[in-house]
Amino acid sequence: MTKLLEWVFGVSVIGAAWALVTFDLLNLRLPEAYKEVAWPMPVYLLVVFGCYSLATVGYRVATFNDCEEASKELQDQIKEAKEDLRIKGLKM
Amino acid sequence: MASRKGSQQSRGDGDKYSVLLPTYNERENLPLIVWLLVKYFGESGYEYEIIVIDDGSPDGTLEVAEQLQKIYGEDKILLRPRAKKLGLGTAYIHGIKHARGNYVFIMDADLSHHPKFIPEFIKKQREGGYDLVSGTRYRGNGGVYGWDLRRKLISRGANYVTQVLLRPGASDLTGSFRLYKKVVLESLVERCVSKGYVFQMEMIVRARQLNYTIGEVPISFVDRVYGESKLGGNEIVSFLKGLLTLFATT
Repeated sequence: MTKLLEWVFGVSVIGAAWALVTFDLLNLRLPEAYKEVAWPMPVYLLVVFGCYSLATVGYRVATFNDCEEASKELQDQIKEAKEDLRIKGLKM
Repeated sequence: MASRKGSQQSRGDGDKYSVLLPTYNERENLPLIVWLLVKYFGESGYEYEIIVIDDGSPDGTLEVAEQLQKIYGEDKILLRPRAKKLGLGTAYIHGIKHARGNYVFIMDADLSHHPKFIPEFIKKQREGGYDLVSGTRYRGNGGVYGWDLRRKLISRGANYVTQVLLRPGASDLTGSFRLYKKVVLESLVERCVSKGYVFQMEMIVRARQLNYTIGEVPISFVDRVYGESKLGGNEIVSFLKGLLTLFATT
């Protein structure tokens, strides 16, 4: 199954469960409280997911390692390499 | 007792590592990356060869590669040039055709990937017997140098979207510093159809589909010392198109 189909399947199952409770499709006569909680759930979950996403990406950007020493080491090695290659006969 | 010659100690364990270097206008960087590869492979004692796949660079990259071949030997530096700029996937196919290693490194030739991580890749691969080892900028002490906030934001944002949609089991999908078992690389490259960043993503996704095992090594990615970098609107759009294609087809 492709990822797209997995998502479609997952959303359908959750969507069906939500519709079932919110619109009382099977005449289960659930308490009114269930319907009141279920009704805004999709929007609520989207908002929660949106906030979680922003927080996660924000955190990852903030903690993205900056490799200062790696850059310095590379610069030093470039100098060393150029000199060594020159000695070995490389013409740049 | 094996005798040592200077810092060279041959491990003689039968494994050989082919390093594929696709190049386009890397006249300045190629000698440097080769020097670093020779240094770190030499110190580690692993058997290796470097395969330069130049796509008809107008700046004379091939000519520099020929000089390097004279300096380091034709058994260490192999040249597999092509007439013009063709895709990365075909460059790998072309490169591994005559590769004598049973393991293959792929990496950028512009010094953004540092050969000092090569022994770590090899160690990781041996630890877990992994089919492929991926260098990651996003875990452990992996990281970047020379990226502004915009670039970091785009990178992490794109990676997040990819993780949510594809759940690939690897932290860095667009990275291109990797170690593959040669047979694994061969089987993956012939199945992958995308281009650019998405090609590297597709390789990992297909690897998962085929149940190959994936290990990770944190690496530092140092932005271009010479040359210009490219991450404009076009790149982002084609990345998203490729991502959605993978989402819908794998």
